[in-house]
Amino acid sequence: MSDQAAAGTVRQPTLGSIFSTFLLIGATSVGGGVVAYLRANLVGKRAWLDDVAFVELLSISQTLPGLNAVNMSILVGDRLRGGWGALAATIGMCLPGGLLMTAAGAAYGLQVDAPPVTAALHGIAAAAVGLVLAVLVQVGAKALSRTADYVFAGATAAAIVFLHVPVLYALIGMGTVAIWWNRPR
Amino acid sequence: MKELGNIALVFGYLSLLTVGGGLAAFPELKSLTVDSHQWLTFPELLHFYSLGQLSPGPNMMMVASVGMWVAGPIGALLALVCFLLPTSLATFSVGRLWNHLQAWRWRFAVQHGLGAVSVGLVLAGGITMARGAVTSPFYAVIAAVVFGLLLKTRINPALPILGSGLLAVLAWRLLAGG
Repeated sequence: MSDQAAAGTVRQPTLGSIFSTFLLIGATSVGGGVVAYLRANLVGKRAWLDDVAFVELLSISQTLPGLNAVNMSILVGDRLRGGWGALAATIGMCLPGGLLMTAAGAAYGLQVDAPPVTAALHGIAAAAVGLVLAVLVQVGAKALSRTADYVFAGATAAAIVFLHVPVLYALIGMGTVAIWWNRPR
Repeated sequence: MKELGNIALVFGYLSLLTVGGGLAAFPELKSLTVDSHQWLTFPELLHFYSLGQLSPGPNMMMVASVGMWVAGPIGALLALVCFLLPTSLATFSVGRLWNHLQAWRWRFAVQHGLGAVSVGLVLAGGITMARGAVTSPFYAVIAAVVFGLLLKTRINPALPILGSGLLAVLAWRLLAGG
């Protein structure tokens, strides 16, 4: 690990403690607020990172494709203990949810005709729509600052939902236009 | 065997679309698993997404449920690994290059431009989901109340999500004349 990569790191933990810390976060972070759990454990309880390093890694993980919580695990794990640290952190983060959802896939067939279960899941799906919209308003307030940004966001969504353009083409097409629009001048 | 190959292709492809979060890939997840491969119905996919809301950890671990549903435990593992690996390798590499990228002339253009597009991708994911989930005024009210609660208060999202599930069961009991 280079000196640069270690910047902001307070203490170097073992692979086992990285794995168990992320396993705990992966097992307890219910409700989608993984970032808050990460900060409480990494900056607070463990003091592995300071706040400046945490916010920097968070902004990288939000910019890059992939799941935010997984990207954070990779970046933090790498900074603490290199490639193996990234692997230990990522597996720890995904193991509890992955096992639970595999079990859910196995159990689902047994429950499919139970109307109360179907009703509960339908209610949760509706709540998830509200959750997505709330997250969008919060993210949009930061990501969309000019009229052109709103046009790019709206056109991307409209192309996918109404014109049934595959997400990949919408991403590449609108992405290219939006990057060119913001090009260095 | 053929299904395992398809699982690897589908979830490896979906991985590339998760710009702005897992939900950006949702329209394509629906179109590939429900319409093209017909592994499950749209309501079933939404049910797995709902179960994923109750599960701890990253929010798209429900891809493991789809893999399990289609091809058993190996399918679950394969779906998860293929969904996570491509972007993880990219994050690992770019994370190490980040300090050099700070001075890159196009950094603002890429970050800001893709930021706006990723809002559109997640919005499309939300609309796709709403088309399946908001099937009556009752569910529209649930979505609207959760939206308002999360914007106006600092409540843990798990609480309104659980509450909505309970409310829907209650409504079902009343309507079923229990």
